[in-house]
Amino acid sequence: MFTAVTFALRRAEPAPDVVVVGAGVVGAACALAAAEAGLAVTVLDRGPLAGGTTSAGEGNLLVSDKPPGPELALALHSLDAWATLARELTERTGRPGGGFEFEAKGGLIVATGEAALADVATLATAQRGAGVTVTDVPAAGLSDLEPHLAPDLAGGAFYPQDAQLQPVLAAAHLLARARDLGARVLPGTEVVGLLRSGGRVVGVRTAGGELPAGAVVNAAGPWASAIGELAGVRLPVLPRRGVILVTTPLPPLIRHKVYAAEYVADVASDHAGLESSAVVEGTPSGTVLVGASRERVGFAPGMPVAVLRRLARQAVRLFPVLGGARLLRTYRGYRPYCPDHLPVIGADPRAPGLFHACGHEGAGIGLAAGTGLLVAQVLAGRTPDLDLTPFRPERFEEPAA
Amino acid sequence: MAAERQLDGVREGDTAGVVDVVVVGAGPAGLAAAVEAATAGARVVVLDDQPRPGGQYWRQGPAGPGRYHHDRAGWDRLAEGLRGQVAAGRVDHRPDHQVWRLDGPGDGPGDGHRGALVVVHAVTGGRGADGEVPVTLRARAVVVATGAHDRVLPFPGWELPGVLTPGAVQALLKEHGVVAGRRVVVGGSGPFLLPVATALLQAGAQVPALVEAGDGRGWLRGWRGLAAGTDRLGEAAGYAAVLARHRVRPRLRHAVVAAHGNDRVEAVTVARLDAGGAIVPGSGRQVAADTVAVGWGFTARVDLALQAGAVAVPSPDGGTAVAADPFGRTAVPGVLVAGELLGVGGAPLAVLTGRLAGTAAAAHALGRPVPPPAAVADLLRRRRRATAFAHTLATAHPVPPGWPGWLDDATVVCRCEEVRLGRLHEAIDVLGATDPRTAKLLTRTGMGWCQGRSCAEATSTLVAVRCGTAPEPGWNVRPVAVPLTLDALAAGDDDPS
Amino acid sequence: MTADRPDGARFSFDGSPVPFTPGQSVGAALWASGVRSWRSTRHEGRPRGLFCGIGVCFDCLLTVDGRADQRACVTPARPGLDVRTQVGSGSDGG
Repeated sequence: MFTAVTFALRRAEPAPDVVVVGAGVVGAACALAAAEAGLAVTVLDRGPLAGGTTSAGEGNLLVSDKPPGPELALALHSLDAWATLARELTERTGRPGGGFEFEAKGGLIVATGEAALADVATLATAQRGAGVTVTDVPAAGLSDLEPHLAPDLAGGAFYPQDAQLQPVLAAAHLLARARDLGARVLPGTEVVGLLRSGGRVVGVRTAGGELPAGAVVNAAGPWASAIGELAGVRLPVLPRRGVILVTTPLPPLIRHKVYAAEYVADVASDHAGLESSAVVEGTPSGTVLVGASRERVGFAPGMPVAVLRRLARQAVRLFPVLGGARLLRTYRGYRPYCPDHLPVIGADPRAPGLFHACGHEGAGIGLAAGTGLLVAQVLAGRTPDLDLTPFRPERFEEPAA
Repeated sequence: MAAERQLDGVREGDTAGVVDVVVVGAGPAGLAAAVEAATAGARVVVLDDQPRPGGQYWRQGPAGPGRYHHDRAGWDRLAEGLRGQVAAGRVDHRPDHQVWRLDGPGDGPGDGHRGALVVVHAVTGGRGADGEVPVTLRARAVVVATGAHDRVLPFPGWELPGVLTPGAVQALLKEHGVVAGRRVVVGGSGPFLLPVATALLQAGAQVPALVEAGDGRGWLRGWRGLAAGTDRLGEAAGYAAVLARHRVRPRLRHAVVAAHGNDRVEAVTVARLDAGGAIVPGSGRQVAADTVAVGWGFTARVDLALQAGAVAVPSPDGGTAVAADPFGRTAVPGVLVAGELLGVGGAPLAVLTGRLAGTAAAAHALGRPVPPPAAVADLLRRRRRATAFAHTLATAHPVPPGWPGWLDDATVVCRCEEVRLGRLHEAIDVLGATDPRTAKLLTRTGMGWCQGRSCAEATSTLVAVRCGTAPEPGWNVRPVAVPLTLDALAAGDDDPS
Repeated sequence: MTADRPDGARFSFDGSPVPFTPGQSVGAALWASGVRSWRSTRHEGRPRGLFCGIGVCFDCLLTVDGRADQRACVTPARPGLDVRTQVGSGSDGG
């Protein structure tokens, strides 16, 4: 709930080149990249900036949990983009970490048993071939990386490229920079329709009036399918609820992102019930975050105690010292996922003028910067740095090969 | 990991350890609810986070009520009632139990909890010595009577040691036998300031300034109205006499607008307020003090009721209350509220609403209808009158709208995370926040240990002032009502589903 | 008003004995002894002691018997407790 701040859309101003629907981290990245490419951008969100899934994110920027494939390629590309953004914004503002607590702290996958450890090693080998830096870590080497890890783990793998940031700050800083470059950001402005001319999408309709635009970017997170519907195109993005535990502020205990090998299997699974495996990290403020449950319950708002208990058990299994840490609060969000667990990025041939930047599931924070660059390239008529074929929006309607 | 404790107070033959009525809180409302429910035949478990019953109003040390105890007759009545029901085995009173979560009856898979019972998640132990132990109760009805805490507002220097709330002064005195200081400035607004100031004087402290931001009409209305049928007029006269004897003259339309000192408070600035609550220029005067107690009425502790699905509504004093019918029944079957959660109104009203909620809770638990209005007509009538009266009192002690003007960018707004007003402004001006939640996420205001209990209301106003919008009361929802260890969380009983 | 102090009822605060009466909290006993702060904040190192006095504000945190983050105002004083000023979030390690 928030106080809607509706701005009157003045028709006297020239129509923007791009309207971005959604002021979360993906929309913000698209807006900034488009503005940097010289395009006039307006960002709309029915709520406040970063008020959707972005505000429920953990801030994961991971390559470690992705097997070779288009998503991993996008993650590598996006991690570079994030590091560049953080550096540039730090130079510009003087704030460390870009102003959004960007930290290339590295990630550590741990295995509780030998079978899981073998899976970790196999994945690491494949990932190395795809450009990921990863070091196998034997059991005896774990405590050097994480002194508080349980002593009975089988081993793991360390990924120095994994990073972390604070998602709401990131979205806000990207949008602020975009505004510096002339973009407009209008929270409290819901898109209720699209403007069409022939078959083209030529703008949006809001409660405050019509806004013509050269292009519309759908960055509406778990609500992206509704935007697709406004254009008459099917976009099977569904919500997958996740809950995060937050501890009270603690002295520094955990140095990297640490998670159990089961997390990788969970990310890729289709199981409808509760799945959770612990992802644990410290933050600059001293709190420790524990994720990451996954439930397919639509937009049900609860945070069941059974989910909280399971996350707590898993966290303590990895870090016994967390047993004495206190739960301060919990929060939840809805990951937007597609049936094939790949995002939707690029032009929609079914509705020219409409572009998508959505469906990133639980990797939205990490993939946002790269997505923004790619979408801006497409909007500017340039060849994108990555082949967007795997992310094409019309893929769900193609007959199976 | 600690194992879950076994329950007492469970009806013989109950399946799965279901309790008829759980009452959360053992203050005036909770005790009244427990005694009434037990009298009506229900088996009751009272969970209270304090070591002794009484809540804030009847706070006492192990030796029992002392010289600062209010309404001794009322306390004796309830204490006797509780003793009787405990002896009869109908009430199981559990001190030192902290309820961190309340789940109303659920009906969807997304809730993780099906069935018609209310689930109460608590912990006990863990205060400095042992580890915490989880306690999970399933009840047919729960009465949330968690009371209130002082409402506070930031002002320059409020984070200095020695700046307290009026409630802290009373707790130190009534429970611990400690006088808060030698020279204690008392300020803010509301009838509560009078008993605080007089108790300090009677305990031997000096009160160099007693400042009330309102114009005094509220105090007159307050005591006249409360007097009906009780000893309150005599009580009010008593306060006035103590103040007069110690030559303490309350200064109306004045406020403590700053505290000064290095590592503890040494002085305050008291200033006159205009009709809008802004400082009258040039009116500030320094008053030496080693202790400062400032409060603006009370904030009801609605967390558990809202967690369970009850609806928040604005209360007449500008705070948040829980929507309920005259029996305290919320929109969620089996979840009732009593006392300050219905709107801050003081102890006598809390006892009335507690009795009504206890009656209705027992009826719900035992599968009977509530008594017809005629049977509880007297209770309902007294409740209506006391509520109307509390409303009048609340509107006579508004928080002065101009208080944000007393602050500057260096003023600490969020005590826990040490966020100063300048950072909040930056989140709005530079980063584009347009609402309190976004401002919170960008600055950590309200994200520390107290989860906004000291700063959420103030932040809502400060954000609204900067954005030129209307404040959003009740935006701060707490899914965890009190911090608990991950061990205690992990060890608890999973809900039946 | 001075409280009675039975002999022997002491806890230790940063190594020094602090008397208390039955039922007093650690925070109340410290306050009665004239101590006004027992914590320094984790960002700015500023002193904090009691504020709300009833366990709601979490300003009064200190370390008791090696456990950090105990609310002084609701921690019962007991003979022999080792109470210490807490710097920031307490010492490293569990």
